[in-house]
Amino acid sequence: MLLKQVPDTNARITVSGDRVDEGSITSWVTSPYDEFALEAALQHKEAAGGSITAITLGPPRADKTLKDAAALGVEKLVRVWQDGWESLDSIQVQAALAEAVQAAGVEYVYCGKQAADTNQGSTGPGVAERIGAPCIVEITDFDVSGPTFVRPTANGSEKVTVASPAVLTFSKTTTELRRPNVRGIMMAKRAVIEVTGGDIGEAQVSVVRHVSPAQKPAGKTFEGADSVPEVVGLLRNEAKVI
Amino acid sequence: MEITIIAESRSGGLHPVTNQLVGAATTLGASPTVLCPGGFGADEAAGISGVSKVLSVTGDCFSSYDGGAWSEALSAAAGSGVIIGAATSKGRDICSRIAARRGIPVIQDVTALSPGLNVTHPIYSGKAMQDLLVSGDCVLSLRANTFPPVGGGGNAETATVQQSGDVRIAVQEAIAKASERIDVADANIIISGGRGMGDPDNFSHLNAIADQIGAAVGASRAAVDTWEAIPHSMQVGQTGKTVNPSLYIAVGISGAIQHLAGMRTSKYIVAINKDAEAPIFKVADYGIVSTWEEALPILAEELGKLS
Repeated sequence: MLLKQVPDTNARITVSGDRVDEGSITSWVTSPYDEFALEAALQHKEAAGGSITAITLGPPRADKTLKDAAALGVEKLVRVWQDGWESLDSIQVQAALAEAVQAAGVEYVYCGKQAADTNQGSTGPGVAERIGAPCIVEITDFDVSGPTFVRPTANGSEKVTVASPAVLTFSKTTTELRRPNVRGIMMAKRAVIEVTGGDIGEAQVSVVRHVSPAQKPAGKTFEGADSVPEVVGLLRNEAKVI
Repeated sequence: MEITIIAESRSGGLHPVTNQLVGAATTLGASPTVLCPGGFGADEAAGISGVSKVLSVTGDCFSSYDGGAWSEALSAAAGSGVIIGAATSKGRDICSRIAARRGIPVIQDVTALSPGLNVTHPIYSGKAMQDLLVSGDCVLSLRANTFPPVGGGGNAETATVQQSGDVRIAVQEAIAKASERIDVADANIIISGGRGMGDPDNFSHLNAIADQIGAAVGASRAAVDTWEAIPHSMQVGQTGKTVNPSLYIAVGISGAIQHLAGMRTSKYIVAINKDAEAPIFKVADYGIVSTWEEALPILAEELGKLS
């Protein structure tokens, strides 16, 4: 189970100098799509047996994401990190995670379709490629017997199967997420987190700067529904979009 | 610079985003080669101005979708240099895998490019932008409706190459879409409803207007979370779809940061909300302070007058 800790999606992101000011972020959470993947992994384990290893790549603050997963029933916790790993490129991230995945000796790798901070969606398929596994992306529903997975298509969706080892990336599913119980929370407090590093090579991509998005000039505001014809006129003649 | 483009197909033909990918390659001074997975849209691709060559990559693996198999076949057919795809669901999957196969970096959802290679893409769902410098070959997926498309008039050389890929994902059953509506991720005009619509049944008013102007219907997270009848596939925002249409009409949506992150780059934004203090008005080009009950019938009538 690959998990990432990200700023709360309701958090305001500010740029200070030429970098996002992480210090101003007060609330860190497990990336939302990862939570749907975790719920599916827990159900899969309950149906088929086995155990779950949660792996995160991140600094010490990310321990909370692992402990939260332990409270829900994850057995083993691994945090991959080394000093100096501040802005890793996709190759480095995937190298570090693929090594941890292989060390855990997994059959199914569960993860979110993309993290809520970088929004890239590269990690699932990239790790799959590195470990020589297929990857079903953007799963919207699943059935642990089988297991079978539903993914979107241009014409609707389709139910697919895959043999292990396989990587599964999850979109939002209709399944309700479980909450930890008291026993789980107590167990999680005692859970041990293994911290590992590794040789991930030099970055081929460097971060030049972060900037705030360009602010749009203030728009026009109209009072009341009587203004609708005027706005439609503007959309047609000024904006030329209808 | 050598650039290979992975064409995006739609219904057996070429998806118009492919013209934008060629446009982006052209701004870098390249005459790109276009790879057409499964050979779909190859003739149309050959007609795009500035394309030097079109390669139809055919093989059994293209009869269903397995990102691993497609990437294996496409990577074998592509030259070295920079590979560019569209930041769609399949495009991102294929770009990730080709980059991992080649041991080169991938950057997704790119919104600006310049020689160097300087690459810009949004982070935190557009709450910030990140400028990157790439030192060697790389794979990029580009956000739709961001780069200027190039038109027709080209006459590129075409060829077909047979490639194979190991298909490991088996399709058991196709499930038809519940509605024939346009997907928000693919739409040029979107009309979205929020919890201010009061009841999911009231989305029928949005559907009716969408039908008039060929728009897709979207929803805020609050609406999706509150009403089971509003599926996540309609959700626009940080945990839904990021959209970039020419016109976005937000109805009964207050404009939580989460939502703004997914639609703020729309070319024109219209907001209809009864609360004049709603944050959505800060990003709207045209804000209408009104209930939807009063505004939508007039909107439908006015749109009906247009030809």
